Amino acid sequence: MGVNLTMARERGQLVFLEGLKSAVDIFFQAQEKPHPLQFLREANAGNLKPLFEFVREALKPVDSGEAGWTYPVLLVDDLSVLLSLGLGAVAVLDFIHYCRATVCWELKGNVVVLVHDSGDVEDEENDILLNGLSHQSHLILRAEGLATGFCRDVHGQLRILWRRPSQSTSQRDQSLTYQYKIQDRSVSFFAKGMSPAVL
Amino acid sequence: MLDSLLALGGLVLLRDSVEWEGRSLLKALVKKSALWLVYHDFFRDPLNWSKTGEALPGGPLGALRAMCNRTDLGPVTIALDSLSWLLLHLPCTTLCQTLHTVSHQDSCPPGDGSPVGKVHVLGLLHEELHGPGPMGALSSLAQTEVTLGGIMGQASARILCRRPRQRPTDQTQWFSILPDFSLDLQEGPSIESQPHSDPHIPPVDPTAHLTFNLHLSKKEREARDNLTLPFQFSSEKQEALLRPRPSQATSHIFYEPDAYDDLDQEDPDDDLDI
Repeated sequence: MGVNLTMARERGQLVFLEGLKSAVDIFFQAQEKPHPLQFLREANAGNLKPLFEFVREALKPVDSGEAGWTYPVLLVDDLSVLLSLGLGAVAVLDFIHYCRATVCWELKGNVVVLVHDSGDVEDEENDILLNGLSHQSHLILRAEGLATGFCRDVHGQLRILWRRPSQSTSQRDQSLTYQYKIQDRSVSFFAKGMSPAVL
Repeated sequence: MLDSLLALGGLVLLRDSVEWEGRSLLKALVKKSALWLVYHDFFRDPLNWSKTGEALPGGPLGALRAMCNRTDLGPVTIALDSLSWLLLHLPCTTLCQTLHTVSHQDSCPPGDGSPVGKVHVLGLLHEELHGPGPMGALSSLAQTEVTLGGIMGQASARILCRRPRQRPTDQTQWFSILPDFSLDLQEGPSIESQPHSDPHIPPVDPTAHLTFNLHLSKKEREARDNLTLPFQFSSEKQEALLRPRPSQATSHIFYEPDAYDDLDQEDPDDDLDI
């Protein structure tokens, strides 16, 4: 999106938890210290309460006199990895539920989550996670490849589904489909079949 | 039918999907039926992670069980958003037993003879999250099942109602939810939402601009209609087969053998080595 993440981090506008680095650090830290990825230490499938507490702490104002975050955005990339690390789908759904309660309901912000679709491969846990998240969402963006295969100028298509009450007054469609091409620091969208390369 | 769902009593299952959400219908039905609303907020801390001490003992299941032991009179509707959450966190048998106890409360009046009001349980269930076993178990407990669907942006509710000693009824009701969560019942998908061609543009004739002729003249059309197909069995053909006329010539094969032909009837292909 063209945002300078390093500068945002320096200004205190971005709090970044690097999952991979953090997962390695956990084995070299003292066990008494709470860690966001505490579940990696446990033999049984745990829950993500420590990770939620990390998120909640990050959203609190640094000084007690300062105003808190206004309309924060929580970006999670990506939840499917947590399933691979041994957590159950219900534990991940509970984590997102608590994030929604804090970020969306309390602080009027947004939560944006990436999860992979297992596609043809039967993965019950991933399906529960995907469907559970879909039911918790107000907007679903589904990126997939073109049905016809690889194309140099059209990288894929994006289906947008709004989950909102069926209102007779609403004239907008419930779902839209666009095709896209990923460029260096941005993405360009166009209607199906309307790529400049094709016209 | 949709607006009088809760009058039937027992467990009403509201089955929704990712494409057709059911929470707004749940709220609309609650708004329609409730004179007095008690809201148990388990959204903020369902698993008691904050440990503030405000949480009800036993969590959501404890709250549901507490409703089984109520002693106040009068009909009550318990709306659950959602049953899917309970089913993901509790064993199916526990949930089914609790739901059965709550929704059949009016069949076992308390010992002191005081009348107990009717209990309606309205539960939202997300279809894709559960396997056929738990779905079947909840379905068998329910007196009414409402399955959400729709076409072209217009929502519908398929209502399957099972009443004791009566045939089950199956109806579909089109509806929409107004911004104030009132229920607006409709006849069917509205005509405006269906794609239709502009009446000012005449329909295009696909045979108009072709390089070959697809049209038949009047004479050609008559000749085509009068033609009898060779393998069509008509009464004339039947007559001809049953009584072959002597004037009809039978077919002959005329064959002139050339010098290299050896018409040996015993070995016409000349491949026997005798």
